[in-house]
Amino acid sequence: MSVQTTEYVASEIRSPASFLASRVFIYGALAFWAFICLFPIYWTVTTSFKTAVDVTQGHLIPFVDFQPDWKGWRSLGLSPDSIFQTSTVREEFLKRFMNSVITSVGASSLAIVIGSLAAYGLTRYRYHFAWFKNEDISFFFLSQLILPPVVLALPFLVLYREVGLLDTRIGLILLYTLMVLPIVIWITRDQFNSIPVELEEAALVDGLSIWGAFFRIVMPIALPGMVAAFILAMVLCWNEYFFAALLTSTDAKTIPVMVASQTGSQGINWWSMAALATAAIAPLAVIGIALERYLIMGMTAGAVK
Amino acid sequence: MAVATLGLLATIVLEILYKGSADAIGFETWRPVVYAYVLWGVAIGIGQVLTRGEDGQRALFLLPALLFTIAMVIFPTLFGFYIALTDWNLSSFSGRKFNGLDNFWQMLADPYYRNALFNMVLYVLAVAVEYVIAFGLALLLNAQIRARKFFRVVFLMPLMLSPVAVSWMIGKSLMEYRFGPAATLARHLGWENPAFFSDPIIARISIMILDAWTFIPFMMIMLLAGLQAMSREVLEAARVDGANAWQTFWQVTFPLMLPVSVTAVILRIIFKLKLADIIITVTSGGPGGATDSVSSFIYREYRDRSNVGYGTMLAMAYLVIIVVFVTWLLKFANRFVRNVN
Repeated sequence: MSVQTTEYVASEIRSPASFLASRVFIYGALAFWAFICLFPIYWTVTTSFKTAVDVTQGHLIPFVDFQPDWKGWRSLGLSPDSIFQTSTVREEFLKRFMNSVITSVGASSLAIVIGSLAAYGLTRYRYHFAWFKNEDISFFFLSQLILPPVVLALPFLVLYREVGLLDTRIGLILLYTLMVLPIVIWITRDQFNSIPVELEEAALVDGLSIWGAFFRIVMPIALPGMVAAFILAMVLCWNEYFFAALLTSTDAKTIPVMVASQTGSQGINWWSMAALATAAIAPLAVIGIALERYLIMGMTAGAVK
Repeated sequence: MAVATLGLLATIVLEILYKGSADAIGFETWRPVVYAYVLWGVAIGIGQVLTRGEDGQRALFLLPALLFTIAMVIFPTLFGFYIALTDWNLSSFSGRKFNGLDNFWQMLADPYYRNALFNMVLYVLAVAVEYVIAFGLALLLNAQIRARKFFRVVFLMPLMLSPVAVSWMIGKSLMEYRFGPAATLARHLGWENPAFFSDPIIARISIMILDAWTFIPFMMIMLLAGLQAMSREVLEAARVDGANAWQTFWQVTFPLMLPVSVTAVILRIIFKLKLADIIITVTSGGPGGATDSVSSFIYREYRDRSNVGYGTMLAMAYLVIIVVFVTWLLKFANRFVRNVN
């Protein structure tokens, strides 16, 4: 516990020696945790360039410990020398990749559309459906968050089979939309709450309809929040494994399912595994670095009042 | 609107008749019912606008989400309760049989399910440790440091990356018994036999660590936002009053951070209750079911035995437990925050 306190007011300690000590401690701790965060990623990326010997001997540093090799990427058909040849593995991989892209973008878009509309309605108007008031409706939406996927998984498996949505991207998109909808509503509701109502009242006086005011006045202002919600939803959908593993088999399989299914059978090809894992995490790493601001905005929405 | 409602009802009736007697006019699958439901929803929307004018337009904001959620949650859940009362194995030919509470009694006697529930308790308790670490990291990031943005991005990284891909790489290769760097490091530190997943207790701890690695950033970001929203003046005042760092933290920072902390911890617990993918990929419940979470156990119940009826009963029981637990948690947290402040 003392760990936390010392750094917190570190800059306010007066004597130079203890100031230095606290600096060393802070940066030491930061570097240590950065190492913990980055090492597995480093390991994944480097392993994709290793041959069998390098993996089993635990070589770590490229060029020093071992000579990088394209083996892992070749097995995916993505190395420089195999990229122009036809490769069934690559086709398979690209298909999974597209499945992931389509389902996560599709689900996030759908969730944003119906989620932000609902959030807007809930922040601006009073509803009562039968005995349900606004608070009850909000709670109904947000309470979906605690619903564990496993509860819906088996009924959906059966229902999708009956409806003919099993192993289709549409089926996955619908489920993912359901999964991220509470989060989207949570974030966008927070965003709409921060926009003064007077803006829309002025717009209504100027002759815009309710929907006109929403699209022309409110939406442009709320855009950052919607982007944040969209990105967070996309990350969640991209990483989702449970539903994808249960509900897809050949056509609609996504990247995480492909990664997980590489296990088993004749031993493990570390290098191709690592290449696949790298390809699965790379898009998100890019998003994380480029759009970090929005992610943080999304995650902290409503946390601090 | 009335026409559409009739249409929906007609489709459903038609379909039931078709399934029941298998000779009337009908469709191959239930899919037309889905289309009919969508049409019905659209018709309701139009009907609202036409009959209620501006009020109808307002209702239109809420309707899509409401209809969607009802269709996707309420109906499957009710259907789930029904399946839970049947003996239904997808791989057997006898199909579905109603067997009342048999699944329930079987569940009560199932030591593996009890073990999975017990594991969930352990996993949830691990949130406390995660919270401490996350708080520490948030304080670090809130201190006056250089390259804050760099560290924030780096610390956020684990949350972004696919847990399946990463846990595969960490669990299966980084912690690999023979050559994984983590095992090598453990050997250097004096642990003779660093097998992370063969002893039940150590395997549980390993799973907790893997999960913590992914989700600590989530709590950290929320706590950091809380720290940044805290007013500087209060801290200044504490310092002027002569409080040292330790006192400032416990008497000022920590109490002020309590609401945010509670939100972060509750959200984290909710996510924790869904824990499955890491376990499925890394240990598939092993050794001997020791690391199973409820979700991964049910997943395997279906994957290995196609036992839909029993699996659903387990899931429904879990749902009831979760709802009771989370409701209690929210109440408790509310009272706790109010008492302290």
